Amino acid sequence: MHYGDWIDVGPLSAIPVRGSRTIPVAGGDEVALFRTGDNQVFALVNRCPHKHGPLSQGIVHGHAVSCPLHNWRISLVTGEALGEDKGCTPTIPVKVDGGRVLLCRTSTLKAAA
Amino acid sequence: MDFQGQVLTNDDAEEAGGAAARPRLVVIGNGMAGCRAIEELLERDAGRYRVTIFGAEPHVNYNRIMLSPVLAGEKTFEQIVINDHAWYADNEIELVAGDPVVAIDRAAKTVTARSGRTVAYDKLLIATGSDPFIIPVPGKDLPGVISFRDMKDVDTMLAAAAKGGEAVVIGGGLLGLEAAHGLSLRGMKVTVIHLMPTLMERQLDEAAGWLLKTELESRGQTILTGADTAEIVGESQVEGVRLKDGRLIPASLVVMAVGIRPSVALAREAGLAVGRGIQVDDHMVTSDTDVLAVGECVEHDGQVYGLVAPLWEMCRALADGLVGKPSGYRGSVTSTKLKVSGIDVFSAGDFAGGDGGEDIVLRDASRGIYKRVVVKDDKIVGAVLYGDTVDGNWYFDLLKKGEDISSIRDFLIFGQAFAQGGGQADPKAAVAALSDDAEICGCNGVSKGKVVATIQGGACTLDAVRATCKASASCGSCTGLVEQLLELTLGDDYAGERDVKTVCKCTTFGHDDVRREIVAQGMKSIPEVMQRMSWSTPDGCSSCRPALNYYLLCAWPGEYVDDQQSRFVNERMHANIQKDGTYSVVPRMWGGLTNPRELRAIADVVEKYNAPMVKVTGGQRLDIFGIKKEDLPAVWADLNAAGMVSGHAYGKSLRTVKTCVGSEWCRFGTQDSTGLGVQIEHMTWGSWMPHKFKIAVSGCPRNCAEATIKDFGVVCVDSGYELHVGGNGGIKVRATDFLCKVSTEQQALDYCAAFIQLYREEARYLERTAPWIERVGLDYIKARIVDDEVGREALTSRFLYSQSFSQDDPWAQRAAGAEREQHAHLGEFRPILPLAAE
Repeated sequence: MHYGDWIDVGPLSAIPVRGSRTIPVAGGDEVALFRTGDNQVFALVNRCPHKHGPLSQGIVHGHAVSCPLHNWRISLVTGEALGEDKGCTPTIPVKVDGGRVLLCRTSTLKAAA
Repeated sequence: MDFQGQVLTNDDAEEAGGAAARPRLVVIGNGMAGCRAIEELLERDAGRYRVTIFGAEPHVNYNRIMLSPVLAGEKTFEQIVINDHAWYADNEIELVAGDPVVAIDRAAKTVTARSGRTVAYDKLLIATGSDPFIIPVPGKDLPGVISFRDMKDVDTMLAAAAKGGEAVVIGGGLLGLEAAHGLSLRGMKVTVIHLMPTLMERQLDEAAGWLLKTELESRGQTILTGADTAEIVGESQVEGVRLKDGRLIPASLVVMAVGIRPSVALAREAGLAVGRGIQVDDHMVTSDTDVLAVGECVEHDGQVYGLVAPLWEMCRALADGLVGKPSGYRGSVTSTKLKVSGIDVFSAGDFAGGDGGEDIVLRDASRGIYKRVVVKDDKIVGAVLYGDTVDGNWYFDLLKKGEDISSIRDFLIFGQAFAQGGGQADPKAAVAALSDDAEICGCNGVSKGKVVATIQGGACTLDAVRATCKASASCGSCTGLVEQLLELTLGDDYAGERDVKTVCKCTTFGHDDVRREIVAQGMKSIPEVMQRMSWSTPDGCSSCRPALNYYLLCAWPGEYVDDQQSRFVNERMHANIQKDGTYSVVPRMWGGLTNPRELRAIADVVEKYNAPMVKVTGGQRLDIFGIKKEDLPAVWADLNAAGMVSGHAYGKSLRTVKTCVGSEWCRFGTQDSTGLGVQIEHMTWGSWMPHKFKIAVSGCPRNCAEATIKDFGVVCVDSGYELHVGGNGGIKVRATDFLCKVSTEQQALDYCAAFIQLYREEARYLERTAPWIERVGLDYIKARIVDDEVGREALTSRFLYSQSFSQDDPWAQRAAGAEREQHAHLGEFRPILPLAAE
């Protein structure tokens, strides 16, 4: 289903609280959708800036995720590595409307390219 | 315009020349928004419009948000009426109650009501509010299934409650909880079913939601979170609600309070622009300049609102526009200050924090208080308060004004009185000013004088104070005060040293403190520990969450529900993540034994899923590499079919029991080391530990199974079994310490179980047996395992009890469909390619 530039990627309830689900993008990088403890949703390219670990498999705490490979903490808001580490993962605009998760189409294509 | 002395009914106003010259304003909706808009209009220019209000309900205008007190018996309907009949008469407003408008003809500029009555308008105001959302489940139309929106619903609930019995409320938001509270007060046994993991998740964060749930449960309500309704059952009348997990909850009344939707049907049929609500500009004008809309039915700047405060602001802007002095509505920043079933809660702004947001958290476990203020760039951006909401308005005011709070930041969380109280610019001064008998630690009843005396008596660190006089040793909410007393008493000699390493930056407590309090206070969930022990973050971090999850699992076997989101990836996926994001899979081979059937199954899996590598591990089993997360359940199903279970090669858990061939084949073998290893593995597999745990059994002192670099090693000798503990390979190799010698296989098994349980109960999370033994000393281990026979037997039986819950193959559960979302993508995104030109 399409709402202008927003793509409906599924119900909020499909993403576990403090968990993540993934969306492969044909010809590009997989997108990871995160749902935080306060029920906000964030979307990032599913790739740690450090050694490309799948961020979707990390532990979500506050508005950050700890990469499963080497425990880098990545801000879900900016995609920037937190603390001493330096690096950034592209973020993608996402919103929740009526219990549905909507992902920005243009940004998904751009980030995945 | 002067129309003093004119007494007109609106019907004869049609004919009265002077009045007829006034434009006619028709309002659809006699609720809070519609009437408030008219009140605002009357205040500005009472004679400007001739007003007709249509209402669907057969009542005058009443305060909808006060329906809960009516249900609870605290108020009568008369007490919640906002405008009585006299108000309509005095202001020459025609009220058409109980006759809803069913059509708008924008071309003819008329509205038609259900009775057929048609009224012309010059300006039309739509204030239809919102409709309750009814979840589309079977049985939703049965008698006894209602929503909680108007006086009629309240009457239905009161009638049902008079008969007693059981009620189910679907929806754990504000409205649902109010309904549950009212029905419970009226004597019904109430169960609240809530889809989300915590109550009121839109207004409260997890910690506050947990406090609310605990409080409501203590009042006798049953709260089921994470519960999804499958159907409402009953023949001619509702009889109960069935959940998707199969549970059936009997009920003679079901209240659906899962949410509201802007009521837009009428506007949509009239061809007005409608998004989520009726779209309006800053002056509440819709896509038709003569049609306005206000309240919960509108969408302004992409936002729809379900609270009262925005509605007041909209009505002001609307009235300004109607009298030709447009001001404009700019959207609302909302706050929620509520009494939920008598409990005060408040939230405002973006309490999620976000980019650069920092949390200031105050938890007072003994008083049931939780406060959280989110600060960004020295400004308050959000707040959540539970139990004590006095300062809600102050925070909200600072938030709306965007005031710089850097100068009062240190006191902000203590509230307005403290932060703005004169002469308390220095928190230390405030503490210094306390009298000696002022209580510092409420949990343990320790006064300031006692704390100071303890410090003067030589307790120079926080940990020493906690250990000596118990101040701040229970919930930790007075930790700041104790630290200030240390500073005051010791002066420059105090630099904040700690004897105890804290679990992480989220807490001032160490691992041992947390474990002790979990058991002592009977804490049974992660949010409960974080609340009662004053965690400084809303939901911990990747260090403390897995630790707490393990501690709770260890303390409450069979009772604690494992939190998957607090597990490291490998334990959540039951496989080992590799650097390319694929997983390796290691099925269990008991004691290192295998057979053709298992080997064939492994070979088949390797071929079927194109695993690029298979390797023999150091623990005597086979590791299959390169499996994708989506394929894991199918791989496991294939391995399960050949009788194999998870090898837990991924977990802080029992890994392998390595064996040599022993007396059955080996000319040097003294005992059946293979058989004993298999027995030990059957006893210990599936147990979660502070860290990984490896066992080996060697059949003679030549020690081919390398038992002396394992966490627990058995070396068989002619006269029995030598037991060794605390060894590991790894970065720093450590050979085992000799624990004792036993004479039978059963003793070897019992001692092994006791040692594991002691390690499980007392080691810190991520501490292997080697550093643990070096920390507590081998003598302590010997005293507990060898010398104390009763204690050893108790440890053994606690381990076996715990194992009765943990030996459930996680692979088989996943292969059967458990946690399916862990292995499946949410969806797939394929950019639509432009169509090729013909």
